[in-house]
Amino acid sequence: MGPKTEYWRVLTEPLVRQNPVTLQILGICSALAVTTTLATAFTMAASLTVVLTLAAGLVSVIRHHIPDTIRLIVQIVIIASLVIVIDQILQAYFAEISRALSVYVGLITTNCLVLGRTEAYARHNRPVAAMVDALGNGLGYSLVLILIGGIRELFGRGELFGARVLPLSESGGWFTPLSLMLLAPSAFFLLGLLVWAIRSWRPEQVEAREHEPPARAKVAE
Amino acid sequence: MNALWSLFLNAAFVDNMPLILFLGLCTFLALSKEVGAAFGLGVAMIAVLGVTVPVNHLIYQTFLAPGAWAWAGLPELDLSYLALIAFIGVIAAAVQILEMILDRFFPSIHAAFGVFLPLLTVQCAILAGSLFMVERSYTLAESAVFGLGSGVGFMVAVVMLGAIRTRLAYADLPAGLRGLGVAFILTGMMSLGFASFAQMVAAQ
Repeated sequence: MGPKTEYWRVLTEPLVRQNPVTLQILGICSALAVTTTLATAFTMAASLTVVLTLAAGLVSVIRHHIPDTIRLIVQIVIIASLVIVIDQILQAYFAEISRALSVYVGLITTNCLVLGRTEAYARHNRPVAAMVDALGNGLGYSLVLILIGGIRELFGRGELFGARVLPLSESGGWFTPLSLMLLAPSAFFLLGLLVWAIRSWRPEQVEAREHEPPARAKVAE
Repeated sequence: MNALWSLFLNAAFVDNMPLILFLGLCTFLALSKEVGAAFGLGVAMIAVLGVTVPVNHLIYQTFLAPGAWAWAGLPELDLSYLALIAFIGVIAAAVQILEMILDRFFPSIHAAFGVFLPLLTVQCAILAGSLFMVERSYTLAESAVFGLGSGVGFMVAVVMLGAIRTRLAYADLPAGLRGLGVAFILTGMMSLGFASFAQMVAAQ
C-alpha cells in the first residue's frame, strides 16, 4: 500500500467506520449542545476541525521534545492557546454566532476528541499523517453535527441556515414546528437513533451482550 | 440565604449539567455502566467543582478581570482572554492536590475514586462551571454554591443512569441499540424529566 492510499484510509476511516462521536464516544458534549441551528453547528464543526488539525500538527512536530511526564499539560496548553485564538476571531468577525455558542467554544479545550487524538495518534506519528488523521476525525465530527443540526433546525423551525424551507401553518403553509426538537431531549434521541442506524448498517460496531438471555421457552404446538 | 438556596436548586436540577446543558457527557456515558462507579464519579465531581469554581473566581477577580491591576497603575490592562489557560491550570492543580490530600489522609476514599480523579482534569463540566461563573458574574459565595449545586446535580443524574443501565443489561434489545445507542435514548428520557423542573420554576 503506497503512502497516498494510506493517507486516504486514515482520512476516510473516521467518517463512518471509526466515527469519533458515534463509536469512540469522544466530543459528545459539544456535539449536542450547539446543534439547535445549522449555523451554530457549522461554526462549531469548523472551529473544532481547525483546532484539532493544528493541535495535532504542533504536537506531532515537537513530539520528540515533550517529556512523557508532563505531556498532558503541554498538550492542553497548546490546545488552549489555539482555542483562545479561534475564540477571539469568532468574537471579532461573527459576534452573533459567538454569543449563541456561549461557553462552548472555550470548551473545545477540554473536548475529549482533541486531547484524545493528540494523545492517541499525533504523539506517535509524523506531522503529515497526524494532521490527516485529525482532519478525518474533525470531518467525522462535523458530519454528525451538521446532520443533527440540520434535522433539528428543519423540524424545529422549518428553516435551514435561517432560510424558510417548510411553509409555516400560521402564515398559510402546512408545517407546524415541533418545539420539542429545539429542547435538550431531542438531541439525545436523535443521536441515539443515529447510532442505531449506523450500527444496523455496519454490524461490526455492535457491542457484545453483557448478559446472555436464557433460551425462550418453547410454546406448545 | 434564600437566593443562594434557589441558586443551588437551579444549578442542581433546572440547569442540570449532563442532562440539560450537555456537559461532561463523555465521562457521564463511559462511567455509568454500574452504580458503584457512577457514585464515585459523582462524589469526585462535587469535590472538584466545589473547590475549583470559587478558587477560579478569586483568581479571575484578583488577576484577570478588566481593571484588576488598577492598584499597580495599569487600569486599562484586561487579561480576561487568559482566563481559559488560567482555569485549566487551576483545575489540573486542584485535582492533583485533592488526590494527594485524599491519598495522605483518607486512603479508603482515595481507593474508591480510582482512576476517575485524574480524568476530571479534562472534564468539560468542570471547566464550564468556571466559565459560567465568569459569564454570569457570580460573587464568591454564589460561585461556591453554584459549584456544589452543579456537582450534586451531576451525581444525581449519573447514579440514576447507572442504576437503569445495570437493570438494562438483562433486557433483550435490538442489536444496533445495545450499549451506547440505548444509553442515549435513556439520557434523552431523563432529560425530558429534568426539563419539567424548568417548567415548575417558570410556573412559580
